[in-house]
Amino acid sequence: MENLEQLVQDGLAAVEKADSLQALDHIRVEYLGKKGVITQQAKTLGKLSAEERPAAGQKINEAKGQVEQAINAKRSELERVAIEQKLASESIDVSLPGRGQDLGGLHPVTRTLQRIEEFFSRAGYTVEQGPEIEDDYHNFEALNIPDHHPARAMHDTFYFNPGTVLRTHTSPVQIRTMEAGKPPFRMICPGRVYRCDSDMTHTPMFHQVEGLLVEKNVSFADLKSTVEEFLRVFFERDLQVRFRPSYFPFTEPSAEVDIEWGREADGSIKWLEIMGCGMVHPKVFEHCGIDAEEYRGFAFGLGVERMAMLRYGVNDLRMFFENDLRFLRQFR
Amino acid sequence: MKFSEQWLREWVNPKISSQELMDQITMAGLEVDGFEPVAGKFQGVVVGEVQSVEPHPDADKLRVCQVSDGNQVVQVVCGAPNVRQGLKVPFAVVGAVLPGDFKIRKAKLRGQPSEGMLCSESELGLSDRHEGLMELPSDAPVGTELSDYLKLNDVAIDVDLTPNRSDCLSIKGIAREVAVLNSLVAEAPQIVPVEAVHSEVPDIRVDAPEGCPRYLGRILRNVNLQAETPLWMQEKLRRSGVRSIDAAVDVTNYVMLEQGQPMHAFDRDEISTGIVVRMARPAEKLVLLDGQEVELTDQTLVIADHEKPIAIAGVMGGEHSGVSPKTRDLVLESAYFDPITLAGKARHYGLHTDASHRFERGVDYELAREAMERATRLLMDIVGGEPGEIVEVASADNLPKQHKIDLRSKRLADVLGLEIDRTTVEEILTRLGLRVDKLLKDGWRIQVPSFRPDISIEEDLIEEVGRIYGYNNLPVTEPTGSLGLRVNEEATRPVSAIQNYFVSHGYQEAVTYSFVDPKVQAQVDPEREGIALANPISSDLSVMRTSLWSGLLKTVAYNQNRQQPRIRLFETGLRFLQDDQRIDQQQMLAGVVVGNQYPENWVNGRRTADFFDVKGELEGLFSLLGVQIDFIASQHPALHPGQTAELLRDGEHVGWLGTLHPQVQKNLELNGTILMFELSLNSVITGYVPNFKEISKFPEVRRDLAIIIGGEVAFADVERVTRKHAGEQLTALRAFDVYEGESLGEGNRSLALSLFWQHPERTLNEDEVHSLFNGVIDALKEELGATLRS
Repeated sequence: MENLEQLVQDGLAAVEKADSLQALDHIRVEYLGKKGVITQQAKTLGKLSAEERPAAGQKINEAKGQVEQAINAKRSELERVAIEQKLASESIDVSLPGRGQDLGGLHPVTRTLQRIEEFFSRAGYTVEQGPEIEDDYHNFEALNIPDHHPARAMHDTFYFNPGTVLRTHTSPVQIRTMEAGKPPFRMICPGRVYRCDSDMTHTPMFHQVEGLLVEKNVSFADLKSTVEEFLRVFFERDLQVRFRPSYFPFTEPSAEVDIEWGREADGSIKWLEIMGCGMVHPKVFEHCGIDAEEYRGFAFGLGVERMAMLRYGVNDLRMFFENDLRFLRQFR
Repeated sequence: MKFSEQWLREWVNPKISSQELMDQITMAGLEVDGFEPVAGKFQGVVVGEVQSVEPHPDADKLRVCQVSDGNQVVQVVCGAPNVRQGLKVPFAVVGAVLPGDFKIRKAKLRGQPSEGMLCSESELGLSDRHEGLMELPSDAPVGTELSDYLKLNDVAIDVDLTPNRSDCLSIKGIAREVAVLNSLVAEAPQIVPVEAVHSEVPDIRVDAPEGCPRYLGRILRNVNLQAETPLWMQEKLRRSGVRSIDAAVDVTNYVMLEQGQPMHAFDRDEISTGIVVRMARPAEKLVLLDGQEVELTDQTLVIADHEKPIAIAGVMGGEHSGVSPKTRDLVLESAYFDPITLAGKARHYGLHTDASHRFERGVDYELAREAMERATRLLMDIVGGEPGEIVEVASADNLPKQHKIDLRSKRLADVLGLEIDRTTVEEILTRLGLRVDKLLKDGWRIQVPSFRPDISIEEDLIEEVGRIYGYNNLPVTEPTGSLGLRVNEEATRPVSAIQNYFVSHGYQEAVTYSFVDPKVQAQVDPEREGIALANPISSDLSVMRTSLWSGLLKTVAYNQNRQQPRIRLFETGLRFLQDDQRIDQQQMLAGVVVGNQYPENWVNGRRTADFFDVKGELEGLFSLLGVQIDFIASQHPALHPGQTAELLRDGEHVGWLGTLHPQVQKNLELNGTILMFELSLNSVITGYVPNFKEISKFPEVRRDLAIIIGGEVAFADVERVTRKHAGEQLTALRAFDVYEGESLGEGNRSLALSLFWQHPERTLNEDEVHSLFNGVIDALKEELGATLRS
């Protein structure tokens, strides 16, 4: 039995020395395999008496267990080391840039339009579209701007022939939508509009959003809340808003809307004109076959580029249409 | 409308500062556009008197003057041509500071000592006149501070009036508003009719009463037009932005500014026979006061004598009949011209005058006589003369009618969202000159005055009440109303989904002008003519785009010129086609790609984007939209003949994808291989609503094959034939290799395909698949001349 003891000691030493899973497996076979040196010890049991056999058997099992345990421990150890080595060899420079496409971006006008559309969609407004080459009737007449009207001069119209123009505002879309449907209406009409004017602060094309609400019972006070709320959610600020009497042929009463935009040197509020609005003129309803005694409406309109300039601090209107990638990329 | 604050305050003088006054009228709807002091900032300038003038011993153009400042007489060297003995002038004494912080010191000019400076208007910031000294009236008190004498503590206020408020194109109108806002009464100058002293009257005939419903004329004999316009009037004109010309013109301008009635003065000797107001005859000519000769059209209302036109009515007088210093007798005109007749006429002749501006917007149709009396009196005070009777020719049928409007108190409250008490409403209306003609059970019957042509319906009255009450004093309430749910077609994706798709594939959205350069358009779309603008802003923005490519390629050029080699752009918007009598405006989606497919970095490589990159991106879009699009080899004049696909949906054209033709690329001075696509948005935006199909529990079978096909056979042909013969259990077909090589023979290609079959209800057996697979192979051989690759 000293032999067994020795075998265990040899086995443990061999396990200790093993430097790979493969070597360890060899040791397992050598000592614990079917023909392993410790397993073979069982054959000596036959030479023992029946009384001695159980104890001797147990000793052999203990010896096997001892070596097996050592092998398992060593295996875990070697596996752990192997994984660590593998991981170490697999480490990468995570700071290098990723593979594939980079992101493009929406034009700032679209980005602004999408925000505006979202606000109004949530309030139940539909988004309506219409033609950009318009007839004189929808662009002017139906909006209470007859041929001789001085307000036509305010519009600097591009025209193709006397009856066909590039729309100067998106209001004709309101007319077309009212012609095609029945009140009540809640709509906004975003889109391109055109004025024959080009300098530092004017581009011959720009974008507008015009809104219209037609209900049986709507007032200037309702218009005020809609405009004020919109401006506050757009700029995400609790800014002051004021309504200044003005004139548009298609609304009556009409107002320009100013927002608080900084302070004057004397500390008073600096007001900035931001949009126009008013109660729908009865003539406009009449052109659309809506009874102005039964329904009233309010309308408002704003310039999208102007909103985008204020929101994002863009200082030159013309940049919107140069499409310089170095400009556009700032609005991803 | 520009006016002097001081002048306004002569009419109505609320106890508020200039700034408060301007804020107040802005908030009443008369927007103050700006204001400026009526003079530059200076001090130490007094009324001086030139007592003597001697030539300068050493300079031809300089004079040595002795000038009194009221306390003492000093020597001043002066170069102005109009300096003369006895002249009263603005005198900047030693120590004075002129605008621009210019300090006056003792000096020597060409050896002669000079103590102070005699000033021109421009040196005092009064005007840009610098041709000589400013001449003050002979009764100007020597030694008085000039700013006190001229009352220069004043600002010129510029009001940007909306076109409806013609009533405020005068001091009278603005004073009326200010009076209402401050609950004051405006003090108008007394206008007393002038007694006629002779019986000569102008012979007036109005042949066009629709255009000229009222015409007044009066003769003023024996005037002295050498007489100088008084300084106070010159100053008021100057502060209103009107130049002083001569007494006759100055007075008519003054009355226009004060009362709002444009007037005209003719030289009676230059009008043969009498005055006829008529439409011009075609091709009649007239030399205007500004020296310009115009050819008149028969749409133009003119004032004529019995031979020829002498003025364009309400716009500008003729040169010939205009007054001059020699004029002895005047004919004064004060008329009401119809706004519609005059609309656009001034602009037609390239003119815009103070008179046309007012007549086009509507002058008070009852004002002509009063204005005539006012002008006569003012003129006589300056130029003397003998007035005759006023002749008035009026056509009651053509004059605007006095009208009344009912204002219902309920309507007022409904529109404004507030009930305003009756007294307040009445007070606002009456102060504005809107007389309450009758109290109604539920409101008022309002008499509209002749000076408010803009008020014609109830809403106009509501606006007046709201405006004066103050929009900002009205309540703020949430709109109420029924909000029904709306249809939102699920199969149709919003445009924003497409935009976001391109953004996530590295495209930058562009927004380019809808009008483009016809030269660029001719390159990208030579077969279609763009609709031309009649009045383009410039030749490179003169036709409507027939394709979004024009603008996008210009954007490519712009960015390539700014060191941007990798450009991926898309745009959505209308394109415009003339389609017989109709104009076809279709929403398009277009894109251009040039440069590396991926941003260059250590792992992306530098592969240039090619046709299949962009095709893959479009295919991705089409699966997002749920539409089946076929790419068919085709030809487009702007695209590479071997790299062009026409996009079809169910056989209908929806767009193009291709490489820009190298020649076009060269012509447009662009670099690199440019991929472009353009689709009709509405043709692809509606796909389908998903419809669940049972998932097969049975295994899928795959078979691969490699064939060699001729160069003329397209993958699409292979796909079509394969699908036709592969049976209905074919679930997928993929090309996994395409190879061209010499070993295959000239033009031949090898194509490797995988076919996948799966039955929904059972396992496909080997024989079935085998027979389908062989059927496909046979068909490819037979129909497309393919050979199986070994």
